[in-house]
Amino acid sequence: MALKHKTPMLYELTKGPWPSFVEDIKRLAERKPQCDDLLGQLELSYKDKEGHWKHGGIVGVFGYGGGVIGRYSDRPDLFPNVAHFHTMRVNQPASKFYTTDVLRKLCDMWEEKGSGLFNLHGSTGDIILLGTTTDQLEPIFYELTHELGMDLGGSGSNLRTPEGCVGRARCEWSCLDTQDIVYELTMTYQDELHRPMFPYKFKFKVSGCPNDCVAAIARADCSIIGTWRDKIRIDQEAVRAYVGGELVPHGGADGSEKRPLDIQAEVIDKCPTKCMEWDGKNLKIWDEDCTRCMHCINVMPRALRPGEDVGATILVGAKAPILEGAQLSSVVIPFMKMEPPYEEFHEFVGKMWDFWMEHGKNRERLGELIQRLGMREFLKAVELKPDPRMINTPRYNPYIFYDPADVPGGWSRDAKAYRERHQP
Amino acid sequence: MSSKEEAKECILNWMKEQKKTKHYFNDLCKAVPEMSMREAKKLINELVSEGKLRYWTSGSTTMYMLPGADDVKKEEEGMV
Repeated sequence: MALKHKTPMLYELTKGPWPSFVEDIKRLAERKPQCDDLLGQLELSYKDKEGHWKHGGIVGVFGYGGGVIGRYSDRPDLFPNVAHFHTMRVNQPASKFYTTDVLRKLCDMWEEKGSGLFNLHGSTGDIILLGTTTDQLEPIFYELTHELGMDLGGSGSNLRTPEGCVGRARCEWSCLDTQDIVYELTMTYQDELHRPMFPYKFKFKVSGCPNDCVAAIARADCSIIGTWRDKIRIDQEAVRAYVGGELVPHGGADGSEKRPLDIQAEVIDKCPTKCMEWDGKNLKIWDEDCTRCMHCINVMPRALRPGEDVGATILVGAKAPILEGAQLSSVVIPFMKMEPPYEEFHEFVGKMWDFWMEHGKNRERLGELIQRLGMREFLKAVELKPDPRMINTPRYNPYIFYDPADVPGGWSRDAKAYRERHQP
Repeated sequence: MSSKEEAKECILNWMKEQKKTKHYFNDLCKAVPEMSMREAKKLINELVSEGKLRYWTSGSTTMYMLPGADDVKKEEEGMV
């Protein structure tokens, strides 16, 4: 069937070696007029070199302050089928395990009530249902909650849908039950997820080990990253098998051929803290100097494993470069056991949110607030003591300023006399 | 009138006095300074459930506004 709009510039995007979203939308456009107009509007945006969407609005489902994002075309005269093209966010199951039955039902529901297009998954982790009209929002919400057992995710100034890596379900390195933590956070903080009260968005992300497959350290206001506090488990026989070429290094990630591992060049010399030694027969690790970079474990997964006394490192303050620049999370709790019912963690979250709600400016992320007021103020608010493990290089970077009242014996300082010796 | 209802009235009156039509949650809390933000949140959400306040969201941020006649229709027709 011929499509309504001519899209020569979009056609250029189909010429590359990879599958193109344009081809996908064209296929759907044969039976969904929204998709035809969507392509037409995108072509116009390429021609005008500016967008034609109006973003945001009051549309939503009753009782929820998130999960629906109003979207309107600013050229409904040309593209009437995308005049209203709202987005809905659906809370994905922990670690994104679906049954095929649920996915089929979701596809059928969206084909009937929406454009038929959706993202698996948005960067928040949610399923993003793209394009529906206001009158369909409540019926979609009813079907999601009653037929599919799913709920809307977070958007706006809410807690965003918590996200976690695949965890112990399929990964031998996971130090945490990431699915249980994600489920616990989702269920405990339902009110924060659906009814906005924060200065801006807030994200929890859970990674089972320091490989951090969900990039919690780069994206989450509160990152929960699995770690261990005992020793890396070593199978010396397996180490020798890697060196002797009997096992495939890197779990086959850089080629499935067996080859002798140059353990000195590929493992020992790449250790960031130089905490390892190979004497030709045995591997020795000084675990007290290990920073959990995971490189040695990644290279020799049959020989090395995380320790058995597992828990999480809690970090706060990451964000992408909107408003202020990008920030990585900072360690605030070097080790927490993270076991049900997670009371210690919930207590920390309550204090953290109280601090942010009280002091945060509108549209200020937690990391930006900490940057503005200082880590010391944050640590006071959440009742944590400064710890050298919170600092990248403690001997060179005096990141924490102590208060004389907090140090036994205290000290006094004559600021005037200091200024006589030092110009401002 | 209970103090809870009075507090809700304070929030609505504060909104009516403002020139701007959309307000952040933090700003709304200024209408009831004696309340904690968590207490204020409960009241504000009750006002939303009662239809006396309305959410407006850009997708990344949420704001609150007083409802007007045919808000959704006006938004759909590009009149707001």
